[in-house]
Amino acid sequence: MTQYMFMLFDDEKWFDDLDEQSWIEGMKLHADFTAAVEAAGAKITGGEALLRSSTATTVRNLQGAEPLVTDGPFIETKEALGGFYVVDCKDLDQALELAKKCPSTVIEVRPVMETGEGAGPPA
Amino acid sequence: MADAREVARLVDEAHREHWARVLAATVRLTRDLDLAEDCTQDAFVQALRTWPDGAPEKPAAWLTTVARRFALDRLRRETNLRRKLPMLIEEPGDDDEDQPADPLRLVFTCCHPALARESQVALTLRLMCGLTTREVAGGLLISESTAAARITRAKKKITAARIPYRIPSDAELPDRLDAVLTVVHLVYTAGHVAAGKDLTRADLTGRALELARTLVRLMPREPEPQALLGLLLLTQARRDARVSDDGELVLLADQNRARWDLRLVHEGLARATQALQAAGPDGPGRFTLQAAIAGLHVTAPTWEATDWAKVVTMYDALLVRWPTPIVALNRAAAHSLVPGADLNRVLSELDELGGEPALASYSYLPATRADVLSRLGRAAEATAAYDEAIALTSNETERRFLNRRRASLQV
Repeated sequence: MTQYMFMLFDDEKWFDDLDEQSWIEGMKLHADFTAAVEAAGAKITGGEALLRSSTATTVRNLQGAEPLVTDGPFIETKEALGGFYVVDCKDLDQALELAKKCPSTVIEVRPVMETGEGAGPPA
Repeated sequence: MADAREVARLVDEAHREHWARVLAATVRLTRDLDLAEDCTQDAFVQALRTWPDGAPEKPAAWLTTVARRFALDRLRRETNLRRKLPMLIEEPGDDDEDQPADPLRLVFTCCHPALARESQVALTLRLMCGLTTREVAGGLLISESTAAARITRAKKKITAARIPYRIPSDAELPDRLDAVLTVVHLVYTAGHVAAGKDLTRADLTGRALELARTLVRLMPREPEPQALLGLLLLTQARRDARVSDDGELVLLADQNRARWDLRLVHEGLARATQALQAAGPDGPGRFTLQAAIAGLHVTAPTWEATDWAKVVTMYDALLVRWPTPIVALNRAAAHSLVPGADLNRVLSELDELGGEPALASYSYLPATRADVLSRLGRAAEATAAYDEAIALTSNETERRFLNRRRASLQV
């Protein structure tokens, strides 16, 4: 099994007219996704949803200068990073199949680097 | 003892025919593409050394055994090889030396959707055809360092992202197969465009035909590989007629049909027909329809006598399968050639396509418009459309052709 991080990028309009109902609907979609992952024999080992990108603060540790603190996300995009999952999958094919079922507009799938005991630099 | 030249020829032939099979079987053992490539290469070097004393009866099996023996030696000797992250191989089944499906796993890995198209093409030429990085670069008109970077990056991603070395399931097959066929078609086109000018690039057409034949052999029940082979053969059949004696490109409309290669035409038509007959419940696929269109062209006695109405029908079906602006443009162009076609309707179809960004710098759109406008007697507008087409084309022959057409307008 290999761990993949699913980075979820979405338009943040969802936050604009967020009420009790759409909140419940959103949570339901993610519960369905979790069920689909388990049904496929894969496993979610981590994940969080993030508050909107306007709440972000970016710190730049510049070489030979004072760290620079700015308001907002590092990269401003129409679809902003809104959350992530870490999913343990059989292979990339399974990870991509599951990403197609993930309730998000854009999902970047990346393998996680092994850093535990006994791990060395990646090839 | 065999003649050295004869042995070199035998090894060369085995390289073209069996490279993918030997490499694919060795990959299953090494679970490392670089190591498998090295060992496969070494097996061919070994063949040059030992075949003068008698060539084996089954060269592919001989090469596979030798390559895998080299691989085992190196795996035992070099402990650091074992520390590398191994490729993910589904059902390795290592006891069987040579599994018929091995090359299929290899080609589906090369053309995995997680790799960029340009990497798929480079990797296929390298791993399936056994081309060197320099040959890949020459074939694709890219620098050697770019070719090397594409191949290295793709190989690293296969291992690091755990792209499995396997044949897709039935449910995934149509999409995955389409990617493989697209790559083979791109290899052919890269060679075809250059034909007549640059012989090393023209070799890619031969490689693409071999790849298509391999796919047909490995997936005999799938109509689309059969269709791709048919399409390539029908294109290849016109190769000599495509270039005039002074090395200029000749358009299909002006080609001397007597110069078409009849042997290739026959085989191409047989393949295309077979693919059409084998089409599944969803109807013929993308390559089957393209092969059928090519078939309609080669069976026509002249350009004018082509069954344009049938060509349009095929394009209609192709548009459903593959709704791209270029297909729509080709359909409209064919439509304009149907005897008694409503040219005003064709013109409005072409005008609609004018807004497509994919066609913005494509000279064929204004050239087709110009032709339709001139036939409608709107010479001034036709002149302007020819000017637009002339400005867009980068091909000298096409520019001369368009200039001639422009000059013949009665303004």
